[in-house]
Amino acid sequence: MLWCDMEASLNLLNLGLGRMVITKFCSERIAKYAFEYAYLNNRKKVTAVHKANIMKLADGLFLESCREVAKKYPGITYNEIIVDNCCMQLVAKPEQFDVMVTPNLYGNLVANTAAGIAGGTGVMPGGNVGADHAVFEQGASAGNVGKDSIVRKNKANPVALLLSSAMMLRHLQFPSFADRLETAVKRVISEGKCRTKDLGGQSTTQEVVDAVIAKLE
Amino acid sequence: TLRSVLTEEETFAVLQNISFSNSFVAASLWCFEEMTMAAATFAKRLIGSRSTSTTATSVARAFCSTTTPITATMFPGDGIGPEIAESVKQVFTTAGVPINWEEHYVSAEIDPRTQSFLTWESLESVRRNKVGLKGPMATPIGKGHRSLNLTLRKELNLYANVRPCYSLPGYKTRYDDVNLITIRENTEGEYSGLEHQVVRGVVESLKIITRQASLRVAEYAFHYAKTHGRERVSAIHKANIMQKTDGLFLKCCREVAEKYPEITYEEVVIDNCCMMLVKNPALFDVLVMPNLYGDIISDLCAGLVGGLGLTPSCNIGEDGVALAEAVHGSAPDIAGKNLANPTALLLSGVMMLRHLKLNEQAEQIHSAIINTIAEGKYRTADLGGSSTTTDFTKAILTHSSIFLPSSMKSFSPKEKLVTAFMGGFTSQLVKEISIEECVKEAGCYASNVVLQRFGCI
Repeated sequence: MLWCDMEASLNLLNLGLGRMVITKFCSERIAKYAFEYAYLNNRKKVTAVHKANIMKLADGLFLESCREVAKKYPGITYNEIIVDNCCMQLVAKPEQFDVMVTPNLYGNLVANTAAGIAGGTGVMPGGNVGADHAVFEQGASAGNVGKDSIVRKNKANPVALLLSSAMMLRHLQFPSFADRLETAVKRVISEGKCRTKDLGGQSTTQEVVDAVIAKLE
Repeated sequence: TLRSVLTEEETFAVLQNISFSNSFVAASLWCFEEMTMAAATFAKRLIGSRSTSTTATSVARAFCSTTTPITATMFPGDGIGPEIAESVKQVFTTAGVPINWEEHYVSAEIDPRTQSFLTWESLESVRRNKVGLKGPMATPIGKGHRSLNLTLRKELNLYANVRPCYSLPGYKTRYDDVNLITIRENTEGEYSGLEHQVVRGVVESLKIITRQASLRVAEYAFHYAKTHGRERVSAIHKANIMQKTDGLFLKCCREVAEKYPEITYEEVVIDNCCMMLVKNPALFDVLVMPNLYGDIISDLCAGLVGGLGLTPSCNIGEDGVALAEAVHGSAPDIAGKNLANPTALLLSGVMMLRHLKLNEQAEQIHSAIINTIAEGKYRTADLGGSSTTTDFTKAILTHSSIFLPSSMKSFSPKEKLVTAFMGGFTSQLVKEISIEECVKEAGCYASNVVLQRFGCI
């Protein structure tokens, strides 16, 4: 689903028109990526998030693609959940989810909700993967992105980007480096001594980075 | 009344055969002078008082409502619908709410005039009464007809869906300080239903936002904020990407915001909103949003406070039509087993009462529900307890039937308690009975919360 990249504004009628497009090609592609990711990373379940009870054709096509791909991975459980129920479940019982595959709009919401539950924009890693290239960045786009005041005060949380770079290392097939980095970061956070403001601590960015370097074996 | 059919002796015999708590509930349910006098005399007999005069007149009157009854439509719905609708009717009658219910059921065949299972008569009934209460309706699986909710929405032009979400004291979730209202535009946006296949494998879905609908819902949101003393309205959007559609929505919200300078207006991008809701829901007050975001955010907020089983909801239509509804499903697996939780429908009923400006009764029922849940003694299975629907309802009835009208505010705590539990009373009765006996006779549903309210402990 593309973010309404084709919009029209019929000012005469005071109407805003947006078009959402879902194609089988893209849906299949993302479903394949989701299942392959689950398979390679030892994940047990893939959940498709949709609103096909209302958007019967559009999300129906998305679901159809997911179901077709699911058949090729019999070892991975596949289920479907409607997006509003999904958000409710995320808030109440997030542990029931494993890998979630969604169209564009719902994915944005679900990712940000999940990030909020997991600790915020400062800790969630992310990556954008394409056929020829991959770009890794913070997983959730909300909140402190682009705030100069935080950068000036050295309060930005480097954890998200550090974990994203670990993902990049993994993508580049350097799993041992990725593991070392991730373990160091996780140890620093779990110790609780060096945390930036968004995690409830008082440290600066540099202090956290130094602590991670110190923990690297 | 029973009195007109049976003699006084026979009435007492009837009352004696049911437990006293039920007889009190019966007395207040029918709130007829004769019944409360019968209950009072029964009580005196229990205690062995020799006084034979009863002065239940003014007291009994106090429990009766004297305003003209309002007719309201009720759709009990499917599955657990009829059971919880029964709950609502009992609680409303006990609280003296002057409502006559016109019940309508979904028929088994499609009505050609409405193209759905809802008959023309039911829709006309809501249009006439301007107010209604709807239980959960399951859309039958099949093709060629509109979903029931969609039919109601389109035919009655219900443009705003209002859901107050507040943490219920006594039911613990991860968030204690939620107190927000979500107002969702209900007619257009992504759910316009306009989809088509362009070529094989490519589907296009149209999202439509009109100025008229956005203005309408923004007006309602600010009006609601003003009448309920709310300070801030936040418009939720994704206008950084959807510039034309959500941009129009925001423009309309800004226009309306200018008319209400005392209310703070802010705009929040939807992904920020999701994150903030999950990290700190106390930041929000009133949220107004287009259809899709509203759907997701309102369910997310329901999840913050305990799920759809506790969430009230009200749909507002043109010409002041209000259709309150329970948003949970019809739960066919527990239908008919007396296990359903009526809280959502009851709280929706309270919203309906507030819309009708019956604020005293609304407050009464609302406190009764909150106190019953806070107490924790009677909880249905979905809240982690083991009570049946009828037990839970009786607990609420007890909590709500002892709301004393203002005419009795000058009574002493003991007088209030005796009045509440015994119906009519004489000063002799008040002297002779102890609080413990009174509470014991009133039945097992009296509780510390109740006694505290009367200042007896």
